[in-house]
Amino acid sequence: MVGYLLNRTFQILLTLFVFMSIVFFIVNAQPGDVSNVYALNPDLPPETRERLRDLFGVNEPLWKQYLVHVRNTLTGNFGVSFSNYPRSVADIVMERLPRTLALFMTATVLSFYLGFALGKIIAWRRGGWTEYTSTIGGVTLYTVFTPWFGLMMIWLLGFKAGWLPIGKFLDPELWRDAPTDANAVFGMMIATAVAASVIVFAVFALTKKRRGSGAALIRIGSLAGSLLVAVGIWLVAGTGYLAWDIIRHMVLPVVTLTLISFAGTMLLTRSSMLETMREDYVVAARAKGLPEKDVRDRHVARNALLPVVTSFMFSLAFAVDGGVIIESIFSWPGMGQTLVSAAVAEDLPLAVGAFVFVGSFILLAHLAADVLYVYLDPRIRY
Amino acid sequence: MDVQRAPRSVDHSLWRTRLGLAADRLRENWAAFVRARVGVIGLAVIIFYALLAAAHPVLMSTVWDESIYDPVVGYSFDETRQPAPPSLRHPLGTDPLGRDILSQLMFSARSEFMLGLLAAVVTVCIGTMVGAAAAYFGGIVDTILMRLADIMIMMPGISVLIVLSALIGVEHLELGLIIGVLSGFGGTGVVLKSQALSVVVKPYIQAARVAGGGPLHIILVHVVPNLLPLSFLYMMFTVTSAIFSEAVLSFLGLLDIRMSWGLMIHTTESAGYLTQVTEAWWLIFPASLSITLLCSSFYLVGRSLDEVVNPRLRRA
Repeated sequence: MVGYLLNRTFQILLTLFVFMSIVFFIVNAQPGDVSNVYALNPDLPPETRERLRDLFGVNEPLWKQYLVHVRNTLTGNFGVSFSNYPRSVADIVMERLPRTLALFMTATVLSFYLGFALGKIIAWRRGGWTEYTSTIGGVTLYTVFTPWFGLMMIWLLGFKAGWLPIGKFLDPELWRDAPTDANAVFGMMIATAVAASVIVFAVFALTKKRRGSGAALIRIGSLAGSLLVAVGIWLVAGTGYLAWDIIRHMVLPVVTLTLISFAGTMLLTRSSMLETMREDYVVAARAKGLPEKDVRDRHVARNALLPVVTSFMFSLAFAVDGGVIIESIFSWPGMGQTLVSAAVAEDLPLAVGAFVFVGSFILLAHLAADVLYVYLDPRIRY
Repeated sequence: MDVQRAPRSVDHSLWRTRLGLAADRLRENWAAFVRARVGVIGLAVIIFYALLAAAHPVLMSTVWDESIYDPVVGYSFDETRQPAPPSLRHPLGTDPLGRDILSQLMFSARSEFMLGLLAAVVTVCIGTMVGAAAAYFGGIVDTILMRLADIMIMMPGISVLIVLSALIGVEHLELGLIIGVLSGFGGTGVVLKSQALSVVVKPYIQAARVAGGGPLHIILVHVVPNLLPLSFLYMMFTVTSAIFSEAVLSFLGLLDIRMSWGLMIHTTESAGYLTQVTEAWWLIFPASLSITLLCSSFYLVGRSLDEVVNPRLRRA
């Protein structure tokens, strides 16, 4: 196992290096450079743009730029963004990443929960009309033309019904007199969410062995209790209305993302369930006279969970990447938009830095999925 | 099982027996495909769009006047106001530039099919070879190909395509090739490798090796044919992702193509009609729904094929 991990870590580093080089050259191969952004600015004479090029080092020969870049990246220095000068790449990523993670992880968790619950049911009732309608509906949403669907959701829920704000991260008018800045509030929100989930998970883990209405009461109580405490703290702190504003802006993109992506999990769960249902222990469980619901949830679904968990790890990893389309439709300032705007503006340090960050996260998740697989399935050994 | 069935009559020649077996298997697979139901609906939608695509040149040369109905340079002189709502002359109305929407829709269907087919064929050719080679040779070949797959999977697809479209003029041909290479060396290759792993340990592969077959011969003649059903399945998923990527990229106005469903919505957006959902519905819904319907149809067909080719999903 240790040898396997070492080998994989080495391969990950090598892959990352190749990936970084490819990104560097692809971004660099675009015509022009970062000074093009200022080409139409009458206040900047050509000499200034030339000086800008010298300053950023884009006048150097390509191989020299590449070597400098490799040296900096290896020493953990991702540099300063060209287009957001003088902010550092690490600073920008640290601001955008939590926003993307909060949005996409919430949606990923929701869509996996929904997908798993639906997948269980449609596998159990194979061939019924429930299966056909949910498969067709789910696949249509899964392959829907995302920009159109996002706009429809905005139009329907935000514009026509007027229930939700129609995009952006927050409402600037509300924040004008706010005592703190958005990043601080958002950081606190994430901390609250993490703390609440840890408590709920702990309670669930502790009552795992217990059955019956008492355990269910404890679980629901812990869920409601931690929610109440969180709301109470925010109300006492006096910034609750700001947090509520951010939450309101998150609802529409999260709902849209969940609707778009749940079908993937649903169909995966269905296939996995259908394979598991042929096992002998399922017949044994039925022969013991267990109720169908227990056979489904405790014997089949548990064992069908394996590929779903792996795919969940991957989805979480790809949440870092964000969705360019979703983020631009909902004007959400996250990683997806950062990646694209940096690449298009030839902001080399930001583009390569962000791509490498996303890439390493994905590779690590790949490794984590493999390790988790060994832990979950005792039949697999390295 | 048909495979073990003896030739029906002794005087039948070998090819006739093989043909009969193939027909039997086709019939059986078709029955399984039909039983999965959703694929039939998908197939019906695909055929509908194929008919639309095929009808376009016919209509252009007979009923439709080229100066009015040309999807790119046509102009409807009869309408006083563009975009015009649907009428008898223009069943789906005209776009902000006075071009017939139905004609654009039908014209684009053909290029969507070509793009999907190209991307799918490239994916499957690369994917089966990568998968078969990685599984057959193992060791260093496997490591290199699978790490390459990691890099391809890491590439955030749409972002990379956006950068590439700024680099080179991307048309349907280039787009199909790029998507094919990304998915062939990436996800599809990995899936086909896992399938190929179960093929290369079969006794007949060893037998072929003992009989003196070279690696290329064994891969092409014995491994690849066993990967074909699964790769056919992944062809369908590639078609979906190709059409989807094309729609998104032309919606963002990044492709050098003359007409497509995505471009129709791009035109709507740049003319400012995208938010007038009820007032200018014919500018938004036909193209968006076509993209969605064709993508989901190919996906549904793929899902139903999965029921056919995956023995673990067969019904008892």
